[in-house]
Amino acid sequence: MSQKIEVKNANVYYGMEHALINVSMNIKANTVTALIGPSGCGKSTFLRLFNRMNDLIENCRVEGQILVDGQDIYNPKVNVNELRKSIGMVFQKPNPFPKSIYENVAYGLKVNGIKDKRLIEEKVEQSLKQAALWDEVKDKLKKSALALSGGQQQRLCIARALAVSPSVLLMDEPASALDPISTMKIEELIFNLKSSYTILIVTHNMQQATRTSDKTAFFYMGELVEYDDTRTLFTNPKFERTQNYITGRFG
Amino acid sequence: MKKKEIIVEKFLLVCTLITVFTSAAIIGILLYQTVYFFSEVSVWEFFTNTKWTPLYYVKNYGVLPLLAGTFLTTVISLLVSVPLGLTIAIYLSEYAPKRFREMVKPSLEILSAIPTIVYGFFALTFVTPLLQNIFPQMAGFNALSPGIVMGIMILPLVSSLSEDALHAVPRSLREASLAMGATRFQTSFRVVIPAAFSGIAVSVILAISRAVGETMIVAIAAGQQPQFTLNPFVPIKTATTYIVEVFSGDIEHDTVEYRTIFAVGMTLFVFTFILNNISYFLKKRFQTNL
Amino acid sequence: MITLKNRPSDKTRFYQWQDKVFKYFALCCTLIGLFVLALLLYNILSVGLHRLDWNFLNSTSSQRASNAGIKSAMVGTVYIALYTSLFALPIGISAAIYLEEYAGKNKFTNFLEVNIANLAGVPSVIYGLLGLEVFSRIMMLKNSILTGSLTLALLILPIIIVSTREALKSVPYSLREASYALGASKWQTIWHQVLPASSGGIFTGIILALSRAIGETAPLIVIGAVVFIKTVPNSIMDKFTVLPIQIFHWISQPQKAFAANAAAGIIVLLLITFLLNGIAVYLRYRWQKKIKW
Repeated sequence: MSQKIEVKNANVYYGMEHALINVSMNIKANTVTALIGPSGCGKSTFLRLFNRMNDLIENCRVEGQILVDGQDIYNPKVNVNELRKSIGMVFQKPNPFPKSIYENVAYGLKVNGIKDKRLIEEKVEQSLKQAALWDEVKDKLKKSALALSGGQQQRLCIARALAVSPSVLLMDEPASALDPISTMKIEELIFNLKSSYTILIVTHNMQQATRTSDKTAFFYMGELVEYDDTRTLFTNPKFERTQNYITGRFG
Repeated sequence: MKKKEIIVEKFLLVCTLITVFTSAAIIGILLYQTVYFFSEVSVWEFFTNTKWTPLYYVKNYGVLPLLAGTFLTTVISLLVSVPLGLTIAIYLSEYAPKRFREMVKPSLEILSAIPTIVYGFFALTFVTPLLQNIFPQMAGFNALSPGIVMGIMILPLVSSLSEDALHAVPRSLREASLAMGATRFQTSFRVVIPAAFSGIAVSVILAISRAVGETMIVAIAAGQQPQFTLNPFVPIKTATTYIVEVFSGDIEHDTVEYRTIFAVGMTLFVFTFILNNISYFLKKRFQTNL
Repeated sequence: MITLKNRPSDKTRFYQWQDKVFKYFALCCTLIGLFVLALLLYNILSVGLHRLDWNFLNSTSSQRASNAGIKSAMVGTVYIALYTSLFALPIGISAAIYLEEYAGKNKFTNFLEVNIANLAGVPSVIYGLLGLEVFSRIMMLKNSILTGSLTLALLILPIIIVSTREALKSVPYSLREASYALGASKWQTIWHQVLPASSGGIFTGIILALSRAIGETAPLIVIGAVVFIKTVPNSIMDKFTVLPIQIFHWISQPQKAFAANAAAGIIVLLLITFLLNGIAVYLRYRWQKKIKW
């Protein structure tokens, strides 16, 4: 199988701060990759490389090569808005827009200039079904998204990301603000979405990483320490720092 | 020890109550004189007669010309301050680099620190002649020039308060939109502005209230002729101008003429009172919603 | 499979073009605001600067523009500023302390707050009517400095209360707790800890309120401040004029020479206003730097 994502010697600087140091990594299509490590280790910075969200931070500088489907996404000719449409993102806290459920999912289509109402309705239904939320909200699509529970809101945010048909899904601690039952639903969802998407997930929760991911990458102080099959990394880590982290001796 | 504490608290309470007495006194004197006024002039005439000549030999007590003047100058000032102020707010909150914003915002606020008499002078001696080059039919006193200048005066009120409201919208909403490939423009107009809507509404309502109550700019540059018109090129007179004009001359106390001032003042007060209350409750709602 | 075409779709290009156009349009709007400010200052300086000399500062009213000056108006403004703050400060700060530190969360407090928000929005000319009826006529203080400063004190009271409350709010609860833990009473805590800690913010608000009072014209016209005065007031019961009224009087004169007088008076008024605002900005900056909680 070919590589979906190739990262070659990526460096990220925030002003004087060297936030990500010489990271290289290959990710296959239709896999789930967990990014773990203590706070401030660079895993979120790494995640935000792929949809160039780091560009929004003043005096942030990126070096190295990041290829998605063999195309360098930091090539100056690449259109950032086009890129972000093909790479979905789900954030740490559920952040639905203060609009109706329907409007939330339709948003991505509308900002893409799609006006065909039938098409939008179809896409909304399909995305909500994919996010396993359809049955719960199909009768109240016009209600405010803020009236949903936290877990429902997060699944709505996933549906919102799926509506624009991305091929990669970035998830920044998607379950950290949720209760155990909602977390479980999100994890099931991740498993089901794997067949159609390549998923990168940042998590603080080691169990979650073992439950959901095929591969795991351990970051520490801006460096990629270890990257391996999830089972190998958790049962037989090569480095002591990884061992210390996954057994809870720090961080 | 305990006694002193209680005395202090009582003293502080009395100071606070002075604000209540102030409101009561304002309403009291306006009401008192207005009731007297309406015992001599009918309410019907006051609100339907289209002539206002209480100080002439043939007396007419129709407040409509004054309200038309106030309406006209207020609308013109809003046409300047609201679009311009909102655009500035969006630029400063969504586009501008932090440094630029930190420099420009206080500079714009200088505009609101300038005494209104200065704006009056500016309108009369600079803006009016300038506009007369474009509109030769425009009179020396008119509603357009003070209206525009009033808009400039209110501009920082709209831009600052709206910018605060936009700034209070959580970053995560912007990120969600930008991460889907929306441009900053789409994000601002489809996500940020709707989320900050009641905050922006507060700034607009306060702007209306300021424009309605503004006195010196219109007293200097809009003229002294109460006309029931919406023509921005001719001299008019606003409600506030009337009050100031009467006191610039001599007037006998406790006559019908004297009481006209309070009837006009009462109209002004009721209007701004309603606007202020709406903005206060919108503000409370906005704060609890975010 | 993502496809990053080198040529993005037409729609994306349109939205990006729209974004860029708006960005420059909005930048222009922002600069317009600053441009008008510059224009206003230039206009006034070009008309009035040549008229500003020692004679202008040191003469009283006159029928002839070239002999007239702002001495009595300046003295009037200083008196008014002084007495207005003398009345408004203690009451305003006390009321703010009461609302922030003592008042409970109940309907009455809510009523007080709505009332203050309302007072802040009452047109200044209405305060003039209040001063005229209550101070000038009922209390028979006539059109004296006392009437003028009492009227303006009521006018700036809501501003002082609101800004003082903001300053008090910024003092963290931990500071109060520390004081209570040492056995201090509520008032001792406020007097020795909270007020000193918030003094920078309080002063900033006071100076801005004062600058507002100095620029007020309409309410003082209503209470009957005189426009033509040959003498300098020296008692609180004297008639008076202030800078804005003197300027208003000159603007209303048809002769061109008086326009120069008005502009020169405006320069002085603006200098005072900017000086006060500059001090306020500096105080706020220093205060925000000093506290890092």
